[in-house]
Amino acid sequence: MGRPLIQRSPIPGLGLSAGITLSLLSIVVLLPVGALLLKGASVGPAGLWQQVNTPRVWAALWLSFRLSVLAALFNLVFGVILAWVLARYRFPGRRLVDAAVDLPFALPTAVAGIALTTLYAPNGVFGAFARDLGIKIAYTPLGIFIALVFVGLPFVTRTVQPVIDEIDREVEEVSATLGASRRHTLRHVVLPMLAPAALTGFALSLARAVGEYGSVIFIAGNLPMKSEIAPLLIVIKLEEFNYDGATAIGIAMLLISFTLLFALNAVQIWSRRRIGHV
Amino acid sequence: MSDAAPALRHPVTTERPLTRWLLIGLVITVLSILLFAPLIAVFVEALRDGLGAAVASLGAPEARSAIRLTLTVAAISVPLNAAFGIAAAWLVAKYDFRGKTLLLTLIDIPFSVSPVVAGLCLVLTFGAHSALGGWLVAQGHPIVFAFPGIVLASMFVTFPFVARELIPVMVEQGRAEEEAALTLGASGWRVFRSVTLPNIRWALLYGVLLSNARAMGEFGAVAVVSGKIRGVTATMPITIEMLYNEYLSTAAFALAAVLTLLALVTLGLKTLLEIRHADALAAARRH
Repeated sequence: MGRPLIQRSPIPGLGLSAGITLSLLSIVVLLPVGALLLKGASVGPAGLWQQVNTPRVWAALWLSFRLSVLAALFNLVFGVILAWVLARYRFPGRRLVDAAVDLPFALPTAVAGIALTTLYAPNGVFGAFARDLGIKIAYTPLGIFIALVFVGLPFVTRTVQPVIDEIDREVEEVSATLGASRRHTLRHVVLPMLAPAALTGFALSLARAVGEYGSVIFIAGNLPMKSEIAPLLIVIKLEEFNYDGATAIGIAMLLISFTLLFALNAVQIWSRRRIGHV
Repeated sequence: MSDAAPALRHPVTTERPLTRWLLIGLVITVLSILLFAPLIAVFVEALRDGLGAAVASLGAPEARSAIRLTLTVAAISVPLNAAFGIAAAWLVAKYDFRGKTLLLTLIDIPFSVSPVVAGLCLVLTFGAHSALGGWLVAQGHPIVFAFPGIVLASMFVTFPFVARELIPVMVEQGRAEEEAALTLGASGWRVFRSVTLPNIRWALLYGVLLSNARAMGEFGAVAVVSGKIRGVTATMPITIEMLYNEYLSTAAFALAAVLTLLALVTLGLKTLLEIRHADALAAARRH
């Protein structure tokens, strides 16, 4: 106690900057999110549960969650390799590849969706190849997985790459001098240093995948119980004017993403303490 | 026993050449399939019936009104978010107050909310069935299924972009320069324009660039609130969806190609900023 709410400062503009910040934050974010929570409260826990507890909603939530975890795991492994290659190796076209990694951030999701569908549909370039192998990609959960990998691709690379740049190579030299094989050094010296950043990227990639809509709906096929993701179900409920049902799924998704972020935050704090640095 | 280790052909702090080239090959193969192929597919599909057909489809009334709407939405939502970003960064960097961490958390909310849930939130707040929305509709100012809703949806999904770039840069730069300028008698606005703005301009441009790309391409949040009224509330991404679902592939991909070019220009400028002005962005990239 005793600390004032706002410390006095000679710099002008407190009223103006606080006014703009708080009013826009309230109108754009807090009021709408508050309305969702208020609607949830008015429906009540029993009502929300009743809306969520149907086979179709469970199937959609489980599909979204399961594929998002798989896609984020793929991005975790591939993202670390990609970050390592971009940070450490020199090869022709590296700059181009480095810039292209951010493409999923810049490309509108609907564009990504129709482009991926065109490629992976049974008559598409990759789809036809897979069909010959007896695999169907588009309009199955496998297609959803590919779309989710696409949208989450940059996260791990972009969090891990700056950390690799900052690693002191002497650490790796010391490890080699002490007789460690390169593999041993990577496994026991380098990877632990990358772990917290990689986990952050994993969490961001996962959060993005759980809520992704635009790139998925074209390739998903959207069959109830089979390839219907949770965000699509919200859209369907809204089109049916079932606001209670949409609210229930919306709150369930908020809970899932906040729980995930909270859990991964805890893991991160733990791993930072264990390793002793960021 | 040999008493000398075989001469190392590569430094101890890197992998064997074979491993290196295998990894580079893997990375390029995966990125080709996942990133470059879709990029090429957009242009191949757009030009399937020739450049003339693609350009003609962009001149159709539906496409023209979609382009106009998307540009208008971005022209309103991006400056508002830039103003928010500057105000929030000023507030966080220049003053000490309780609840700063809470404020930063609240600013980040849109990052962890699905765009569809964002749209749902807006429908529940401003939809005709809600108290506020019903009143607004009665006053003749509908928000949902109308232009203001699309602006709000675009602002929601891009809300933290500029603030996230500026806050670390301004926090790192501290207050000394502004305080010195004030001591020398500069007015508050003068300090902002002559001292603060030159320090943050590249980070600001970076945030605006990302915010603009996302605002023009937003689909999920806009799909929920737009009502998809042709020629009225159908933005470019929404129109792409409608054309695609009607099997008007050339028209859909022609419009998609325009947005893809925008994305490529955004990436190019972003990379240029990162190379030329790494110092001005450094703080943001480290956080």
